[in-house]
Amino acid sequence: MNRFSLILCAIGVITATQSCKMKNTESVVGGDAAAKVYVAPGKYDEFYNFVSGGFSGQVSVYGLPSGRLLKVIPVFSVNPENGYGYSEESKAMLTTSAGFVPWDDEHHLELSQTNGEQDGRWIFANANNTPRVARIDLSTFRTAEILEMPNSGGNHSSPFITENTEYVVAGTRFSVPLGNQDVPINSFKENFKSVASFISVDKTSGNMNIAFQIALPAMNLDLSHAGKGPSHDWFFFSTYNTEQANTLLEVNASQKDKDFIVAVNWKKAEEYAKAGKGVKMKTQYVHNVWNEETQSATSKTESEVLVLDPAELKDVIYMIPCPKSPHGCDVDPTGEYIVGSGKLAALIPVFSFTKMTQAIANKSFEGEYHGIPVLKYESVLHGEVQKPGLGPLHTEFDGKGNAYTSFFLSSEVVKWSIKDLKVLDRVPTYYSVGHLCIPGGDTKKPWGKYVIAYNKITKDRYLPTGPELAQAAQLYDISGDKMQLLLDFPTIGEPHYAQACPASLIKDKSLKIYDINKNHNPYVSMGEKATKVVRSGDRVDVYMTAIRSHLTPDNIEGVFVGDEVYFHVTNLEQDWDVPHGFAIKHNPNAELLMMPGETVTLKFVPDKQGIYPFYCTDFCSALHQEMQGYLRVSPRGANVPLKYGTGNTEPANTTAAK
Amino acid sequence: MIMKKLTTLGKISVIAVILCLVTLWFYPMWRIDLKAPQYPGGLTMTIWINDVKGDVDVINGLNHYIGMHTIHKADFKEFVYLPLTMMIFMGLGIVVLLLNRKIWYYVWAGIFMVISIFSFYDFYKWEYDYGHNLDPQAPIQVPGMAYQPPLLGYKKLLNFEVLSQPHIAGWFFIVAGAILVSVSFLEWKKRKAK
Repeated sequence: MNRFSLILCAIGVITATQSCKMKNTESVVGGDAAAKVYVAPGKYDEFYNFVSGGFSGQVSVYGLPSGRLLKVIPVFSVNPENGYGYSEESKAMLTTSAGFVPWDDEHHLELSQTNGEQDGRWIFANANNTPRVARIDLSTFRTAEILEMPNSGGNHSSPFITENTEYVVAGTRFSVPLGNQDVPINSFKENFKSVASFISVDKTSGNMNIAFQIALPAMNLDLSHAGKGPSHDWFFFSTYNTEQANTLLEVNASQKDKDFIVAVNWKKAEEYAKAGKGVKMKTQYVHNVWNEETQSATSKTESEVLVLDPAELKDVIYMIPCPKSPHGCDVDPTGEYIVGSGKLAALIPVFSFTKMTQAIANKSFEGEYHGIPVLKYESVLHGEVQKPGLGPLHTEFDGKGNAYTSFFLSSEVVKWSIKDLKVLDRVPTYYSVGHLCIPGGDTKKPWGKYVIAYNKITKDRYLPTGPELAQAAQLYDISGDKMQLLLDFPTIGEPHYAQACPASLIKDKSLKIYDINKNHNPYVSMGEKATKVVRSGDRVDVYMTAIRSHLTPDNIEGVFVGDEVYFHVTNLEQDWDVPHGFAIKHNPNAELLMMPGETVTLKFVPDKQGIYPFYCTDFCSALHQEMQGYLRVSPRGANVPLKYGTGNTEPANTTAAK
Repeated sequence: MIMKKLTTLGKISVIAVILCLVTLWFYPMWRIDLKAPQYPGGLTMTIWINDVKGDVDVINGLNHYIGMHTIHKADFKEFVYLPLTMMIFMGLGIVVLLLNRKIWYYVWAGIFMVISIFSFYDFYKWEYDYGHNLDPQAPIQVPGMAYQPPLLGYKKLLNFEVLSQPHIAGWFFIVAGAILVSVSFLEWKKRKAK
């Protein structure tokens, strides 16, 4: 009898275990997920999703809710696919004070705003490794400007912007000595500074300039966001390593219970800068601007930057204690609440802007950090979200009073209420989510329909592709009370921060062609009759045109080994989606893509004699395969006259050059 | 009998016809729409009394494959003569109104018919030449194929569907013709009334 009941018990236990098996993907994907992400062929997505490319250096553009990749915009890395960084016109975009740098690590994006709302004009991007900020024009989806940051190392807390795009910030992650001084590394505390740069943005042209830099004490500036509404005048930067370690940061920068969120009154800092309270420091940084008229970039080396010393800035900078090496620093749509995410903390502190201004007025300080007042934690705190998950990183908002925080360690997105700080819902991510994004989720006006999680690890989520796997995004529907996983899609590079906005903000002003009558590239050929080949010394300029389906000239002779040949190819088409390409055999360079009405230049220095075929690389028309030509490269000193043309059928001279 | 005066309706109709024809300077007369898979929005060529507009450059770009001549405003002497003819015709309308005799109304209506028939013949002839007179060196040659667009209505030309029809001013032109014919008929019927 005992044995029988034991068996019964065992069966009972097994049955019970079966019914509470571990949660897997099937259990979280609802039945109508497919219908919610289905965008029928020929139909448009509702949102543009601009996703940082991480170590690819580029910015990718996806459609939501389909997750379809629409474009990769080359920004900080060369792109042989369309000649960015290879064409003579675009090389200058990647020039830095250290010369031509063909790669970078692109982390964060911010769409331009007017009155705290997205305006669809530009998107800003940061380069982490060689500190730079880029502006991308959203009528052309091209990089329009790249500005280098002096006194910076690891431009991480960037390119976050103020409500009217007055300023883009660039806070250095690695403190460095000002002016590239040669100092011992272990003099970190004394000689290193964490510099926050404020870049002004011209209201109409978008042109960027470093207005001023604030040389904060040595620490690591991590992320940032500007205030909005009542907190309009303020910028908030999260920090870590306030221990000021310069080695083994994993341990040495994790000692303190609290680091800081630095609150900077940029309006007042601006006044100080305008009043000439800073020091004009000699330095070197490069400013690259793409000119739409000449269709080429120019580089200018700037030699001076205005540096403000926090010791001289009264009522401008305050430190808010924040638990355990905060990462994300996010401001809710009302501008009242500042969410710090201590990546090693087991809670989320939420600060109140109203309380902060009161605390400042009441001088409720607990001390100073290198002369900067440190506010009392409790006097600024709105409250803490208790037990939200492990490893909070970033928070976005839905505009309905809810916040969504990503948790790297516990691989989940947690929805909580800002008002009462209660956890409302949680969903797993696959796996190890970093940033997350709600369309307009860091502005005054979020479109709280979706949240997208950007995951660092994919492991078994897709068909395996060897040791190197894609990273991924996951789309959740957040229109209801419960978050619902809809879609996984792999991304290029490593996705960090992303921005999304309604397609209607951008799609109708997207440029279709470049007006050839406004082409002021100095090497343009206005029509086939204007094509020519000009030699001056060892330099040969080929003024070439491309139109369906021939290149003019397509036979070129009289070029010698060692000549510097420049093909200036003008696409004469004035019809939408008729690009032409250009490539020539053995060129240790890349190809060109010329959009309709555009002139682009490819350099080629042949080092051997021979016949070099060139052709159109973009399948442009029914006779694309006929769109080709030959360059004859003769030995130096050969008696071959300069000759070129298209359609000339004179009798051949069959003898080889002597 | 035919030297009788115009009815009030007849007088109003002269003004109406002139107003209809004034639209020729504000709207196109004719439109030719082309559609192919790679042109989802379609291509449109609009013919005005003194110009040809729309996607003419794109159409010229395409037509070089089959050796059609490119379309240029300067090649059409019609764009000079047609506005002149229509101006004179409208001026004659005023004369008809001043003379106020049925006979001159009939003559005026007759002139309109002659202009219309000649214009359509000219349009057809131009389309015929344009569609048949091909460059013998053209990259794409389809034996027996001609590319004459339809005078009115639908036609399939290789990968393109072509639709030819009046545009706003064209419809007003047709209305003007209808007024002239019907009022002439009414004037004729009422010739004994006064």
